[in-house]
Amino acid sequence: MNTQEFIVTLANGPRPPSRSAVAGRLGFGLAVSLTAALLLLVILPGDGTSLITRATMPVFWAKLALPLTMTLSATCVTSRLSQPGVRVGRAWAALILPVGIVWLVALIVLALAAPEARGDLILGQTWRYCSLKIMLLSVPALGALLWAMRGLAPTRPRLAGAATGLLAGASGSLAYCLRCPEMHVPFWATWYLIGMAAPALVGGLLGPRAMRW
Amino acid sequence: MPAALTAYRGRDVRNVDRLTSFVAMTLPPRAGREIQTTATKSLDANSMMSEAERQLTALLTRSINGDRHAYRMFLEKLACHLRTRLRKRLRQQDADIEDLIQEILLAVHKGLDTFRPEVPLTAWISAIVRYKLADHVRSAVRRSALFEPLDEDSEAEAESHFDTLEAQRDLQQLLATLPPRQRGPIEYMKLWGLSVAETAAAMGLSESAVKVGVHRGLKTLAAKIRGKSK
Repeated sequence: MNTQEFIVTLANGPRPPSRSAVAGRLGFGLAVSLTAALLLLVILPGDGTSLITRATMPVFWAKLALPLTMTLSATCVTSRLSQPGVRVGRAWAALILPVGIVWLVALIVLALAAPEARGDLILGQTWRYCSLKIMLLSVPALGALLWAMRGLAPTRPRLAGAATGLLAGASGSLAYCLRCPEMHVPFWATWYLIGMAAPALVGGLLGPRAMRW
Repeated sequence: MPAALTAYRGRDVRNVDRLTSFVAMTLPPRAGREIQTTATKSLDANSMMSEAERQLTALLTRSINGDRHAYRMFLEKLACHLRTRLRKRLRQQDADIEDLIQEILLAVHKGLDTFRPEVPLTAWISAIVRYKLADHVRSAVRRSALFEPLDEDSEAEAESHFDTLEAQRDLQQLLATLPPRQRGPIEYMKLWGLSVAETAAAMGLSESAVKVGVHRGLKTLAAKIRGKSK
């Protein structure tokens, strides 16, 4: 087919132009991700304490804030990377800021703690499976979000893949946070971030293939 | 004027020219500069571009609002532009360039939803072109990687095979010119790797006769090869 005929085909073909394609697709992907993560959370065995008792502790809300802000800023970064020619700019800072704050607080807590208590602050009771559970909860999210991105137009596939993976990880840890019994900042600064970094890495590796458009 | 755009900014924008300058004003200075550098890198910022960009933007805004004729004009103009830019950058077959242009047009068509009026058209298209160009180059590399080593391998193999055959024939010819008392020991000892004693036994000669035979034979061969190469 020569280019002229091709243009005529494109111009006459059905076209779904929509201003809200980015918001719609990413929003749908995110909704699927969170639903799947919550469903998985119900299936996974918990530690027996109810969410209600945890919700009364202020630390719980501080802990919830980490994955929540990461999810919001990762959504912003991902949506910017899904549109050609749009710079990410300040959204990067919004993504790094929560991590920086949590690390800073974790270091302060560790510095103030007695030397023999530091190991417990970092390892807590559940370090063996915390990151693994977050990764598990982000698996469906990664699939759904990569699919959503594929329908948009990411022109930097590796970076966009990593951002998508981070978003999946953040939504996974947002769900896991509801079940997690750990209440010490150094614990989340380590294991939550490992749990989020792994899907980001996978996303970066899969990105160029999974999001080819 | 497109209702969608008007609604988008929540202001009354009468025409596209005003919209473009309005958009330029609303862009933060840093973003504007960065977008321009991307534009210079990829789609080459000569004075023609701004006029062409204005026309293209106008056509695109009309086509997003459902004007098929404008959309067709937009694609045609874009294809023209791409053709000149890509011809300069890639020294390839015309068929390849047309393939790439169609790829880019299809990407523009599919990605139409991701075009935002506050992003300059050049930046949007440049990013798509860069992505598709990288894809194209990568697949070209992969294609050539698939074929070239195979070609080279088979050639090298054929050559070396041919070489050994030729060397063998030369050696046979040279050896045939030697008297049997020299040729025999050389064949046994140098080609088949037997020891002096084994050669002596096989040929019914004394060990010193074998050694002398090899020595003289090699000397003669060396002289002959030297003579041949002169």
